[in-house]
Amino acid sequence: MDVRVPQVLIAGNPNSGKSTLFNALSGGSARVGNYPGVTVDRTSAHLHLDSGPVELVDVPGTYSLTASSPEEQLAVNALLERNTRAVVCVVDATTLKRGLYLALQLIESGVPVIVAMNMMDAAERMGLHIDTEVLSSLLGAPVVPVVATKRRGLDALRRQVERTLRPDARSKPPDIGYPEALRADIARLLPAIEKWRPHATANEARAFALWCMLSLGDDDLVGVPEAVREIAADLRNQAASEGRNPHLEIIAARYDWVDDVVRRTCSERAPQMPFSEKVDRVLTHPVAGILIFALVMFGIFEALFAGAEPFMDAIESLTTSLQDLAVAALPAGVLRDLIVEGIIAGVGNVLVFAPQILLLFLFIGFLEDSGYLARVAFVIDRVMKGVGLHGKAFVPLLSGFACAVPAVMATRTIERRRDRLVTMLALPLMSCSARLPVYILIVGTVFAGMSVGWFSAGAVALFSMYVLSVLVTLGAAAVLRRTVLRGPTPTFLLEMPPYRWPSATILWLNAWRRLRIFLVDAGTIILAMTIVLWAVLSFPKSEEVTERYEAERARIQQMDLSAAAEEEALRSLESAEAGAQLEQSLGGRFGHAIEPALRPIGFDWQIGVGIIGAFAAREVFVSTLGVVFGIGEADEENKPLRQALRDARHADGTPVMTPLSGVSLMVFFLLACQCMSTIAVVRKESGSWKWPLFLFSYMTVLAYLASLLVYQGGRLLGLG
Amino acid sequence: MTPSLADLRPGQTGEIVSIDCDRPIARRLMEMGLLPGTEVRVIRLAPLGDPLELRVRGYALSVRRAEAARIAIRARGM
Ligand SMILES: Nc1nc2c(ncn2[C@@H]2O[C@H](COP(=O)(O)OP(=O)(O)OP(=O)(O)O)[C@@H](O)[C@H]2O)c(=O)[nH]1
Repeated sequence: MDVRVPQVLIAGNPNSGKSTLFNALSGGSARVGNYPGVTVDRTSAHLHLDSGPVELVDVPGTYSLTASSPEEQLAVNALLERNTRAVVCVVDATTLKRGLYLALQLIESGVPVIVAMNMMDAAERMGLHIDTEVLSSLLGAPVVPVVATKRRGLDALRRQVERTLRPDARSKPPDIGYPEALRADIARLLPAIEKWRPHATANEARAFALWCMLSLGDDDLVGVPEAVREIAADLRNQAASEGRNPHLEIIAARYDWVDDVVRRTCSERAPQMPFSEKVDRVLTHPVAGILIFALVMFGIFEALFAGAEPFMDAIESLTTSLQDLAVAALPAGVLRDLIVEGIIAGVGNVLVFAPQILLLFLFIGFLEDSGYLARVAFVIDRVMKGVGLHGKAFVPLLSGFACAVPAVMATRTIERRRDRLVTMLALPLMSCSARLPVYILIVGTVFAGMSVGWFSAGAVALFSMYVLSVLVTLGAAAVLRRTVLRGPTPTFLLEMPPYRWPSATILWLNAWRRLRIFLVDAGTIILAMTIVLWAVLSFPKSEEVTERYEAERARIQQMDLSAAAEEEALRSLESAEAGAQLEQSLGGRFGHAIEPALRPIGFDWQIGVGIIGAFAAREVFVSTLGVVFGIGEADEENKPLRQALRDARHADGTPVMTPLSGVSLMVFFLLACQCMSTIAVVRKESGSWKWPLFLFSYMTVLAYLASLLVYQGGRLLGLG
Repeated sequence: MTPSLADLRPGQTGEIVSIDCDRPIARRLMEMGLLPGTEVRVIRLAPLGDPLELRVRGYALSVRRAEAARIAIRARGM
């Protein structure tokens, strides 16, 4: 006996209105989890029917049950779970044939199916009439007309689910006229299938045999017994030698049947989408289309860059006030430091991403549900194809200019895992906004007052960084595609759904769900890393330093100074002490230890400590340097910090920061993965630690080699 | 030489004769409803010339030229 609550799946084609229907039925009470082993969201909700509670599970949108990867296998696995008692198959009435192709497969599998015929409003507008009763009797499954967006037909649907959950309910699969040769193939597969799934009914076994014939071969499915694979391979070879194509036989027989059913139930006035057609004439127009495309992309970019900023500033200042409060309220000591610099700072580090994530997902949700995202991919695919990326990779890449964290999350719109990974692993090379303060500090330090022709040297250096970042990102994608993530040629088969006005509630719900998942999953990792980093930069504390500064402090207090002068002297003493303690900490010692490796790229140990601190977030480089140089709090415009950097000398007396080492440092920051939040979010989105570690390694090696090339090359050319 | 889907200009219609893509891609195309005998119309090309937007079985689908070139058709209404 299975004691789990009975499960009702909601399946359907992408864009059939599945999510809308799911939310309408569940009233927004959904929980988002993960399917085991793959990084696909499993959205589910508890539903209270008269017959008792059931769990409603939103299966990822699909055109078919056929699978060749573990991600695609989800739908079948969900179907096979013992407690799956019924499937609601959402069919978009305006793309009836394709929807029925999926419904037919579900019905063939023997599970009780309820067809929710959605978008009836749009169908009516198109003058399409569907005789749901006749359709229902031909399919052998109840058909309920609904309009998910207007919540029409939901009660009838709920009642039908209850009726279907009664123990005696079973679908009666219709007889599809599969050709004789194919029936013989199925018969040969059946014994192995029955051994694999001993409890399957005759219908289920037959449906499963068909599924195997479509799915096996060139697949990386898990859990298929060798015996089944062998027979399937035999059948394939035999069919090939006879000049038959079983794939074609199965699919054609199904579509023939669907065509026939549609002919008998649907008064089809030439289906067309006059509205979408007109809109597309503009939106995919060679000139206007590209112009609008550019405008929309610029809008997203602007929103992420500028729109999110006030909120991020607010979160940052809130964090700072909380820290001040804690400092005032708690006795000085390690515990207070842990709370202030570890925990509160860590929570701040997580929350600061919230505005950009919400904004980006509201945008993407709007683009996706309105149908424009498919056009974005359509317009730009030609460009992305060149480096082995999918057209849908464009929006995530562009978002990478603002911040890699929401951008990595945005790769969800890309269906195929390999395409998604390539995008996810290349986009952290886009020059994000956190790199800007670092560039500005360096440019202000080494290029002040210099010019290149008509332009200031700083502006040229900054601009070059952005150009370089785009080139390197695209180059990395191309290389990844040909090496680590080599695989079958990526294709571009994309439905262009009709334009629809998205529902604001659903956009909010989805963006909010995304944010919550980030806060919980990636957030914990970021918080933990912040605490570790704080510890590395704070311990061990040197008694010797403490004593020396105590003595100094006492000396100042002895002196006969004005109150203001004394305060000033104490403050600068405190900053100097923080710097001395940092040098003694693990992080400081590590900075010293790696100095031999940093010298060839033009850095010294102080920069090294800054780089370690910058792992929290790149812009922290600036404030860490402030502490290292004993200046105290500093931002990128801070004059004393710039001066201190200019005055810094290597052991041999040569200056550390020259234009050449400055460029080397900028290149390093451009290419290195100095961002634990990116690591955390890639961990979350790729499903394992393997990919973030790979990302960190390849970016660090790349950054080092590039800086080496810049610095040593520059010296050979006599530039530094 | 038999014409392919990639030879059609926007507005032209053809009937699929055979699909000669790699097996997994051919299977996906067929499951999306592109089968021998199916009528396909090219609606437009993307602004940069690739991919193509098709109308098939009452919905719009875009495919790259590389795939379209391996779908043999019998042209109609040319
Ligand atoms: N006119 C009309 N529009 C609908 C109906 N149901 C959903 N929509 C719209 O169709 C679009 C797609 O709906 P979704 O619920 O996101 O579709 P989905 O099947 O979940 O799509 P994926 O998330 O891509 O799998 C949205 O813009 C909805 O507002 C309906 O009954 N009538």
